[in-house]
Amino acid sequence: MNMLVNDFAARADTASGERPLLRIVIVGHVDHGKSTLIGRLLHETGSLPDGKLESIKAISERRGVPFEWSFLLDALQTERDQGITLDTSQIHFRTAKRDVVLIDAPGHAEFLRNMITGAAQADAAVLVIDAAEGVREQTRRHCYLLHLLGITQVAVVINKMDRVDFDESRFRELETEMARHLASIELSTTTIIPVSARDGDGIARHRASIAWYTGPTVLQALDRFLPAKPLTDLPLAIPVQAVYKFDARRIVAGRLETGRISVGDDIVIMPRGTTARLQSIEAWPMSEDSQRPRSARAGQSIGLTLDRQVFVERGDVISTPAAPARKVRRLRARVFWLDEEPLTVGAAIGLRIGMAECRGTVSLIENAVDPGELAPDEASAIARNHVGEIEIALLQPIAADLYTANPRTGRLVLDLAGRIAGGGLILEVDDAPDRLKEPNRSTAADHAALETQCTRLNAGLIDLPPAKRLALFRKEIAGRLVFATSFGPEDQIILHLLVEQAIDVDIVTLDTGRLFPQTHELWAETERRYGRRIHAFYPQHDKLEALTERHGINGFYASREARLACCEVRKVAPLNRALAGAAGWIVGLRADQSQHRRGTALLSVDERNLFKLSPLLDWTRQAVLDFTAAHRIQTNPLHQQGFASIGCAPCTRAVAPGEPERAGRWWWESDEKKECGLHERPTPAKIPA
Amino acid sequence: MDRLDDLEAQSIFIFREAFARLRRISLLWSLGKDSNVMIWIARKAFFGRVPFPVLHVDTGKKFPEMYAFRDRFAAEWDLDLKIEPCPPIDAIDPTLPPAARSAARKTEGLKLALAKYRFDGLIAGIRRDEEPTRAKERVFSPRGLDGGWDVRDQPPEFWNYFNASPPPGAHLRIHPILHWSELDIWTYTRRERIPIIPLYLTRDGKRYRSLGDSDITFPVASNAGTIDDIVRELEATKIPERAGRAMDHEAEDAFERLRVTGYL
Repeated sequence: MNMLVNDFAARADTASGERPLLRIVIVGHVDHGKSTLIGRLLHETGSLPDGKLESIKAISERRGVPFEWSFLLDALQTERDQGITLDTSQIHFRTAKRDVVLIDAPGHAEFLRNMITGAAQADAAVLVIDAAEGVREQTRRHCYLLHLLGITQVAVVINKMDRVDFDESRFRELETEMARHLASIELSTTTIIPVSARDGDGIARHRASIAWYTGPTVLQALDRFLPAKPLTDLPLAIPVQAVYKFDARRIVAGRLETGRISVGDDIVIMPRGTTARLQSIEAWPMSEDSQRPRSARAGQSIGLTLDRQVFVERGDVISTPAAPARKVRRLRARVFWLDEEPLTVGAAIGLRIGMAECRGTVSLIENAVDPGELAPDEASAIARNHVGEIEIALLQPIAADLYTANPRTGRLVLDLAGRIAGGGLILEVDDAPDRLKEPNRSTAADHAALETQCTRLNAGLIDLPPAKRLALFRKEIAGRLVFATSFGPEDQIILHLLVEQAIDVDIVTLDTGRLFPQTHELWAETERRYGRRIHAFYPQHDKLEALTERHGINGFYASREARLACCEVRKVAPLNRALAGAAGWIVGLRADQSQHRRGTALLSVDERNLFKLSPLLDWTRQAVLDFTAAHRIQTNPLHQQGFASIGCAPCTRAVAPGEPERAGRWWWESDEKKECGLHERPTPAKIPA
Repeated sequence: MDRLDDLEAQSIFIFREAFARLRRISLLWSLGKDSNVMIWIARKAFFGRVPFPVLHVDTGKKFPEMYAFRDRFAAEWDLDLKIEPCPPIDAIDPTLPPAARSAARKTEGLKLALAKYRFDGLIAGIRRDEEPTRAKERVFSPRGLDGGWDVRDQPPEFWNYFNASPPPGAHLRIHPILHWSELDIWTYTRRERIPIIPLYLTRDGKRYRSLGDSDITFPVASNAGTIDDIVRELEATKIPERAGRAMDHEAEDAFERLRVTGYL
């Protein structure tokens, strides 16, 4: 707004551009006098441009309405017509100590999203209450939102004291009520000021009418607020905005939300847990290397390079290894909700934390309340402009923190179809332990304990349908779970059930390099349909090169030893990498697939000491086909051509009617145990060194 | 970090968000002090080069000094400059007051450029302290399919989370310096030694405080011959920045009407 400058106090020496800037939001119930207070503040401090007051008075007269101080702020025709602030306005003015931006937030419930937009930018807040009307629903709602938005400096202004004849007992009554209310929502203030904004009483000075009050005026209270400090003392967090390759440099760009960083520091990239070292901080303009920054601190937008080629992408968080951001699969948050449709359990919503965006499902809603009325809502929904606690299961892990640990990486935004619909603070997170930190489960004692747990769980699993088996498995097993799909019909069903229920599991596949093109097509189609990436694990190139060197490109036909060596390099080793650090995995085995598989249990403990769930173990081939048809689940077109079980192209052929399902795998071998070693290790094959 | 560092860090953050979240963006270069600061910050955000086109919607009525500045620095700063003309005055809503009608040519030129390049994001150098309706803007501000601004239905925007999913065919305005003041622009221009058009400095006791079309922009009385002088002058003045822009003052709601239909 073009109202600048005031002279109410001696001008400070420093130029304005170097003076600190303080943003203050004025909130409160509609008609309690927010805009009047601001208009009066501008007038009392001599901040209005010459002639502005006179021209507004003239316009009021022309329009036949009595002059109001709030007219100074109403920017839009509709605001002037209705005498109501629709959207946040901002007014610059200056005190002796600093520059101030006053943010005028609308007080009408209808425009709560605008109040939030304004208040979220503020360092401090002034809450205005009509002395005659007292505390109303928007008073309480705004208080609660200030708390959720993280604003801790609040001054309360009891306005319109003229309407209660400057009665001290009325003021004390409201003072006590507000102090109690603020404390109940974890806000506190020591500043509660009686004023009459219309008359200018209590703004810059107190008149005799409020002689019983000895505290600060509004202007003095504003000068006591402090600008929000950058969070340099918290552990490092840089949400990655982008990775640029404009030239030879690979620059990771982002803003330090918290902490500090120096060249040479070790960093860890969450949620993946990759480590690297800070090689340089890039900047422009920079005529010589000596001008290159060596360190950066909270608040700065920087570009950096790392000492090695690690995978990093938008949404990751660069942390310090001493206190990394957490890898989060599931979280609990206190949120406010702004969309017209209430937020309900089961809702699929978008979640944004820092630059990370992820879809998730609301699994629980508790303590929903209208903060204006302080009346609890009905059970499991958060209505528009209400608040509540929710639990969300995320489709992918993302980096985040508890709000109490880091106020920046500990808050989130909810969005619906790309439009921001709510936000809140993270109260609890369910960590999927980092792979590297996963406890080593290798001892015999561990194995025995796992077997006991396994037996107990099998009893509970046996009577459940597959969807519930998956849910129970997730619920009972702490830590990372992996589903390795080969895109067979059973795997397609499991993937469908996992995504449909938003069960928190890593979905991976092993690309052996010899798959059918149809399998790759199905893979891509499946990603498209379910909107999520299926992470691929590949053979290690050096092992593969040694294998083909020794046995030739199709050497697996020559001997069982050569075939198993190939399976080991192309399938087993990649699987082991996919399962590293996991607590359990899910497979599409069925008992009727082969004589050998008949002996397995729904849940077992494998030789890696991982839980292994086969949720479709007791399904027949026909049950699988019926389910895929009923749910229009895509399957490999090769099944139509007589292929039953599909693996690598050179090692799979169609089967004749009546032949066992796995007869088409490694058909040239006679052994009944047609396994590659993923599910059970055959006699170990020697791997070429 | 001092205040200018703080403002700059926030603007860099906004530029990088726009570049990451939208597919086809362009920076509106009016050649004035604000958009020059924007270009400067964009070069900082992207390490020396602006990685998207810079659009000058040319009314054909700018001051000669402005065209000279454009041609020189487009080359010097290695900008991907697109110059787009505006339709003649006859094609503009005749109910607007004369200067606003003239200014509205730019809105129409902008619409044509949008249709031509199908940008989904336009970066504009407006500031909240310039003018009351601009004070109500969002950083990422959605525009309707007709390019219009619906001030009654602005989405919430907080904690630096921006709404960046325009519906197909619509676009977003992105305002990286919305939070700066006029004084901030000048102190930053001084600190960073960003080139300016000489019209901002006094000539015969007058200077331009805000630059637009030569026929509807007027100089203010001033003896400020350097940026230092301008800073001192602004610290004392009570005259609004856009006092010399005729279209703002013709009617109570002239500027609001311009903005609702897509003016900056």
